[in-house]
Formats: sequence, structure tokens, C-alpha cells
Amino acid sequence: MTAPTTKGSIRQRLLILLLVNAAVVGLLLYLVVQSVARQIAQESQDNILAASAISILDSARVTGGEISIDLPYSALSMLDSVTDERAFYAIRLNDEFLSGYENLPRPGDYVGGNTVFQSAAYLGEDVRIASTRRSFATDQGQAFLEISVAQTLTGMNRTLTRISSISFGVGIGFFVLSALMAMLIARSTTRPLHRLTASVSRRGPSDLSPVAAPVPSEMAPLVSSLNNFMSRLQLSLSRSEDFIAEAAHRVRTPLAIVRTQAEITLRRVEKPENRQAVREMIRAIDESSRTAGQLLDHAMVSFRTDHLSNETVNLDVLAQETVERLQPLSELREVEVKVVRLDPAAIRGDSILLQSALLNLLDNALKYSSRDSSVEVSVEKDDTEIRIEISDTGPGFPDLDSGQLLERFARGANAEGVVGSGLGLTIVDEVVRAHGGTLTLSNKTGGGACVVLSFPLG
Amino acid sequence: MRSLIFSLGLMCLSTLSNAFEAEDHAVFGDEDAGQVLRIISTADIAFFKPMIQSYLSDHPDVAVDYTVASSSELMRALYEEDLSFDLAISSAMDLQTKLANDGLAQRHSSSQTQNLPDWAVWNEMVFAFTQEPAAFVISNKAFEGLPLPENRQQLINILRQNPEIFRGRVGTYDIRQSGSGYLFATQDARASDTYWRLTEVIGTLDPKLYCCTADMIDDVVSGELAIAYNVLASYAEQSAQSDAFTIILPSDFAIVMLRTVLIPTSSEKPELAAGFLDFVLSQTFPRGTSPLLQSTMLDDANQNALHRIRLGPGLLVYLDQFKNRSFIAEWESAILQD
Amino acid sequence: MRYLLIEDNEALARAVVDRLSLDGHVVDHAEDLATAQDFSATTDYDLILLDIMLPDGDGRSFLARHREAKSRTPVIVLTARSEVSDRVGLLDLGADDYMVKPIDFSELEARCRAVLRRRGGEARNVIAFGDLEYDSLAGTLKINGTEARLRTRELRLFEVFINAPNQLFSKPKLVDRLFSYDEEASENAIEVYVGRLRRCLEGSNVSITTVRGLGYKLEQK
Repeated sequence: MTAPTTKGSIRQRLLILLLVNAAVVGLLLYLVVQSVARQIAQESQDNILAASAISILDSARVTGGEISIDLPYSALSMLDSVTDERAFYAIRLNDEFLSGYENLPRPGDYVGGNTVFQSAAYLGEDVRIASTRRSFATDQGQAFLEISVAQTLTGMNRTLTRISSISFGVGIGFFVLSALMAMLIARSTTRPLHRLTASVSRRGPSDLSPVAAPVPSEMAPLVSSLNNFMSRLQLSLSRSEDFIAEAAHRVRTPLAIVRTQAEITLRRVEKPENRQAVREMIRAIDESSRTAGQLLDHAMVSFRTDHLSNETVNLDVLAQETVERLQPLSELREVEVKVVRLDPAAIRGDSILLQSALLNLLDNALKYSSRDSSVEVSVEKDDTEIRIEISDTGPGFPDLDSGQLLERFARGANAEGVVGSGLGLTIVDEVVRAHGGTLTLSNKTGGGACVVLSFPLG
Repeated sequence: MRSLIFSLGLMCLSTLSNAFEAEDHAVFGDEDAGQVLRIISTADIAFFKPMIQSYLSDHPDVAVDYTVASSSELMRALYEEDLSFDLAISSAMDLQTKLANDGLAQRHSSSQTQNLPDWAVWNEMVFAFTQEPAAFVISNKAFEGLPLPENRQQLINILRQNPEIFRGRVGTYDIRQSGSGYLFATQDARASDTYWRLTEVIGTLDPKLYCCTADMIDDVVSGELAIAYNVLASYAEQSAQSDAFTIILPSDFAIVMLRTVLIPTSSEKPELAAGFLDFVLSQTFPRGTSPLLQSTMLDDANQNALHRIRLGPGLLVYLDQFKNRSFIAEWESAILQD
Repeated sequence: MRYLLIEDNEALARAVVDRLSLDGHVVDHAEDLATAQDFSATTDYDLILLDIMLPDGDGRSFLARHREAKSRTPVIVLTARSEVSDRVGLLDLGADDYMVKPIDFSELEARCRAVLRRRGGEARNVIAFGDLEYDSLAGTLKINGTEARLRTRELRLFEVFINAPNQLFSKPKLVDRLFSYDEEASENAIEVYVGRLRRCLEGSNVSITTVRGLGYKLEQK
């Protein structure tokens, strides 16, 4: 069987889509959480700065037309209450600098209120500046007292780092969770497919009944095509079997009739030359019949090895049965078939094919054995293999040394025009190989052929 | 940086000359040593000598150039004249904080600094290595027959009840001259109203005003002063004539000043400076074997009454010209009742 | 013996009938299952030869009914080669043996004999001649009540003679009866077997006599 050409995998595609989806959502989550948290952190920092600035502003009063400011201790100390921060401030009356850090950047326009915030670089560090102002009546008339308070971003950055890692964790966590769920989803989506595959591959070779288990609606067309295909296959298989059977009838029945008639004729013919002719005829008919039978046998073997059934076959029982079945024939030929050893030995395979192989071998052995000789059959099992050995006391295999015999049946029956045993051994070889075993032919030193079928265990 | 003009009203009073003035100078170790560590400090040479010598015994290839200056001169050297020093050691926490806040200190982080308690480090720039409480120093002779004051209220009572003993014999910092004095006063005032009442009482007794702790102790020893208020207890403890006086940590609250060190940005050998800094800190924390200024009184004192001055931008508040001006004005009106 | 042949192929059936008749058997031929049922209901057969593919049904149904009726008559099934896969099923259904077409008559004889022997002999199969008693089913020969030990081919040679005592059999005909056509057998082999059989029959009042130039026959002395 050849593996189907695959392109992609539904499960993988589903998984990739879901993972991409999870990654995108995870990334979005990360960005959103981070930006929201940043905003909140920024706001809380701004609130502290504003509180500081306002507390300074609140400490200002006009005495005798002059502004005096009693800078509250907490105005600056609150700025590094959690983390150590550098703090700066500037107090200005209109554009006149009063106290603090003169170069502290001034705010732009006051938009929508009297408190504005800005980010700037100051004295080599990034700072956040809150500015607030209030109008006072002084000697010079109405004037805006403006307080700017600035703070470095150590704590802010630390918070941002934490926020970043938390939102990263949230994003990654979401992604991991989604990935796990994606795997589950992908698996559960493809599970019906796997179930269908399992239910189809669990079937025996001859089970071509339609798949009856319920499947998701998306798979219904596939399953109905499959069922359709299987029913056509079933039909075609039974047609092949019928054809083989029909062919056997068509070819062999006339041969049987002719042979019987020839035999009857032989009884009535007296002249030796006529008798010889009829004998020749019968022998030729037998040869044809045997050849036809073996060709059909071969067809049957090929057919069955393509659809090898997988049942437990007890080779010892099979060998015993085969020998018993051949008992009438062996008696007829006065050849004794001896079972010398029978170890219990079971393999998985097709009993019909295996019996066909044994019958062919024993048939050969009987055919080549001389009268009053014997054929020995043994089934042996050891740790590594099962060996079925059939040996006779006949003439043995010709040309065994050159390996031609093996070669001949390995590449096809009638390469050299010898039909009979060649095809028989071809059948045996095909059956044995279909069961993962090997066929070994040898000649015994004392004369006679020895055929060994060995099936490795495990 | 130099263009930054920060209004240091207090400082301007005492330092009118242009160039920074060193009070003392010494070099420790081999003059020809490969590396010279330049330290500017408000602490006397004698005060810091043991630490330096201990350091040099481990680092023979280093020489230490030690310059003593007042805290305002130190500020001027670094802030205005941009002179190069590798370490600045000062008891003026507010000025040290300002140096750091205004970007004139380098950050430093090491395993040693990681172990410091939070109060002892600010922004990885300013590191505290001593704790020095402000105390009453009382002349034993003058107080014969009188109860010893344990807190400010008791001190007020004793001063009020015995003006004949104390007139002209009470000493305290002139906060217009002394950075430490200003720091103690502002922190005192922040902590309790008692400070102003005490200052007023002292003001009625024609007090003597000092620039330095050492002078006050000397005058107590000589009997010229009956009591000195807000004296660095660590100095007093080290005094040779310590049996002439009694040191009292006020039980209501005792301001604890931290002597701090920082590495100025002008340092030419920041690594060497960092090494020395770590050495100093290792002598001090967690339970230092520092040869200097371990006030034994601190260990015995009620920890809850110790008022450690917190490093941080809060200290900048009293450096603000408005704040400074109004505080000095208030102080003057209380202490100078002529 | 009486055979029932159930076979729809006319020509093949006639050949089988002719061939079995040569050996002196009586053969009834049924072309379909219905006829076969009628025959088997009315006649007691020694052996039934059953084809599987029949015009009015499957031979297996006949086999099943046959066994349900507890009939002891053995059945040999004649199958086409591709029905091989049904062999096991056939034996399970109660067939005594099966043969693959085309039928080799020597093999058929051998299988019939084997099957009959397994089924056990009945008295009517015993042929008596002189002081000999031959049980054709069991394949045993008794001389004066003592069983003689004969080998397969000796038995078959003897069977040829005793089925037709006093009849003359030529050597070529005996060769035909004794050996299949793919075996190399000469008339000398017949002489050897006749010699062995004669030694067995020594001490009885029956002997195989030679008719010079013509053949052999079994006679009572």
C-alpha cells in the first residue's frame, strides 16, 4: 500500500489559526492593559504633583501688598514618600522668578483649568512637571502666582516596568491558556476524523459494510462517498471471485468430461498402440488440467494476498489436517506421509492460503516419491521462528546449485516453459512471503528434496 | 549647571569671599602611590583618621588627600566652583541632598548599598554612615544641686527657675553661621512647638551663639557655659574631659543627624571612590565596627524618641529663600531679645 | 454399491456414471436438488457425490438437510477450485470429504474407500468366495476366518479379481486399474503384485491362475 499524498493538516491549520488568533489577542491585551495602566499610573503621579503644587500655592499669602510663601515641608517630602525621587520646584509671579529652580521649564498655555502637566528633561533626567496658578492682588495689581513642581520618574518607571511585566504576563498567560484551549479544540474537532479512521482501519479485510456510526454533518459527504466506494468495491470483489469460479468451471469441466471419456475408451481398447495413444491423451489432459488448476490457484492466491485475512492459524493443526486429507492419495501411491514432529505453533494469517501452500508441497512430494518411500513432515518452533519442513526421498530438485529454480519462480512461472512444479512453488513462495516468511529449497545429502517454510516470530 | 542660581541666603551670610576656603588639609598614605583619592569633608582630620588608616592598610597603593571645609564651603567648592573631589562627606544633610537632587552626585549601587536600611540611602546617591544625635551637654559643676533635665520641658523649667545661674551661660548654635545648627533648629521646630518656647527662654538668658560643636564643648569644660543645647553627642562623647559634663539625650525627642557621603559628578576616580564608600559603609552597617562616632548613647536611648532626619527633597524646603528668610527672622526675634 | 450423483452438468455427469458403472457400481444421477431429494428419500445409497453449484440452489442446503435427517450415508462434495475457501465450511456442514474438479478417478476411488471405511462396514458389503471373506468397506481379507495382511495395491488388485470371480483380466487392463496415468507402470509390475497376492492366498482353496497370453483370473480350486 502506498501512503496517500498529504498536503497540510486540518488540525495543524486549525491550530495555527487559533494560535495566531490567540497571539494577536494576547498582544492586543498586552498593549491595552499596558496603556490603560500607564495612564492610571501617570494620573496618580500627576495627582501627587498637583497636590504638592497646590499645597505650596495654598501657603502663599499677601501681607502688606507682598507675596510671602511659607513652603510646606510636606510639599516636597510627599514627592519621595514611596521611592527616592529628585524634586524640583519653581515659584513665579507673572514672569518674575521668585524662588526654587529658575530654569525649570514653564508650562505652555493653561488649557481648561488652572493646573497643567508636562513632561520634560531637566538636569539630565526626565521629569514630570505639574504647574498651577492663582491670581493675587499685589502692589502691582492682579498677578498670577504660578507654582511648578517637578519630579523624576524613578518610581513611575519602576511602576511602568512592573505594569509592563504584569501586562506581558497577562498577554502571555492569555496566549498560553488560549494555546492550550486551541489544542483541545483542534483535537476535538479532528476527533471524529480519527474515530472514523480508526473504525475503518479496525475492520477485517473483507468487512466492506457501510460506516454506520454517526458523524458530524460536515463529514457526511465523505462518509457517504466512502460507503458508496466500499459497496462498489464489494461488488467488484464478488464479481472477481465469481469470475474465477466461473473460469474454473468453464475450463475444467470439459477437461473432466474428456478425461472420463478417454478413461472409459481405454477400458474398451485392446490394441497396444491404441491404448498407448489414449494413455498419452489422458496424461496430456491431466497436465492441462493441472496447469489450469494451478493458474486458477495462483489467481486465487494473488487475490487473497491482496486482501490477506488476519486470523490466528495453528500451523501444527493445519499440517496435521493437510496430511490427513492427503491420506487416500498417499495410500494410493503407497507413499507413507509421516508427521515426525508437531510443536504447537500459531501465526497470524490466512489459513486457506497456508493450506493451499502445504497441499502444493505435499502434492509435489507425493508425485516425485517412489513407491514404498516416505515423506516426512515436521512443524518446529523455537525462540525466533516457526519452521515447517517437508522432505521426501525422490530425485530432489534439479539445478538447485545454480539457484535457477529459486530464480525462476521468483520472477514468474513459465520463464523456461516448465509449468508444473514451477508454478506450484511460485504459489507457495507467494503465500509464504505474504506471511513474512521465507521458502528454502535444498537437496538432502542422502537424496530427496527438502522444503522449509520459516516464519519469523514477533 | 553653574548658571543655576539657587538662592542660598544662609550661605551668603557666611561666605562673602569668592574662592572656597579650606580649613585643614592632610594626605594619608604613600605620596607616590598610583592613585590619590580626594575627599572633601566637614569632619575634622582627627575624627576621620582612623577610618582612612584602616582603609589604607588594606589598600597600600592608594593615598588619601583629605580636605576639611565647612559645609557651606564644601557646597561652594562643588556647586559653584566645580572643583574635582572623589567623595564629599558632610553632616549637612540638606546640602548633601541638594547636591544630589540638583544632579551633582553620581549614582552608586553595590552589594554593600543594597543592604542599607531605607533611611540610610537616598536615590543611590547619598549614603548615611553615622547617626549623630543632638543632645544637651551640661556642666556638672554648674548643675550641682540641680535636677538634671531629661527633656525640653524640664530644661525650660530649670532655666526659668534659675536665671541667675544660667544668664550668659547658655550656649547654642548660631543657625545663621552653622549649617548643622540650622538643620537641627529646623527639624526641632518641625517636630515640636516646644522648640520655640525653649528658644525664647534661652533668648531671655543672653545666650552665647557658636559656629561649632567643639567650641561649645570646650566652653562647657572650661565652665564658661553651664549648658549647651543641640550639641552633637558624638563629639561630646569623644572629648578628653568628658567627666566635666553630662550628655543628655532629650527623652521627648532627640534629633538624629546622619553624616552622609556622596560621590560628586566631578570625581575623576569614581571606581576608587565607590570602593572607599563601600568600605566605609561596611564598617558601619549592619552593626559596624567603625572606629568613629559610634554614639554609645544611641544604643541605650529609647528608639521611639529618636527622630532621625529623613533624607529627601523635604530637606530642600528650608533651603528655600522664602522659608529660610522667615525661619531666620523668627529665630532671631526669639533669641536676640536685646 | 449404489451411488447418488448430484451434478447439473450433463456431460460430466454421464462421464462419471459411465466410469463408475465400469467398476460395477450402480449410479443414480440427479440434475438438481429437487430430484436429489426425491431419490434420497426413496433409495438407500452407499455414497452421495454432491456438486455445490446447482440450478435450483446451493448444494450446501442439501447437505444440511441430509445431516438433519440423521442419514449415515457419507457425502463427498465436488467443488470448483475457487470454492476452496468454502472447504472448511463444507466439512463443518457434515461433508465427509471433498474433491476438486476435474475428478481423478483413482483419487475418487481412494477417497470413496477411505470415507466408507471411516463410516464402518455393514454385512452386505462382505463378499464371500470359497473360503475367502472380503469386506470391501473395511478393506480386509479373511482366509478361513484369519485376516490376511495385504498392502494397499495388493488389496486393490484383489478387489478387481473378487468383484468379478472367474473373469479374465488382461495385464494392460490391470495396469489401468492399479496405477494412475501419470505413474510409470509396466506389466512387469502387475506380475510382481500377482506373485505377492498368490503367496497370500496359499493355504486357501482360491487361487489366481494364469491364462497364458491373455491374463489372469480368480478361481476356486
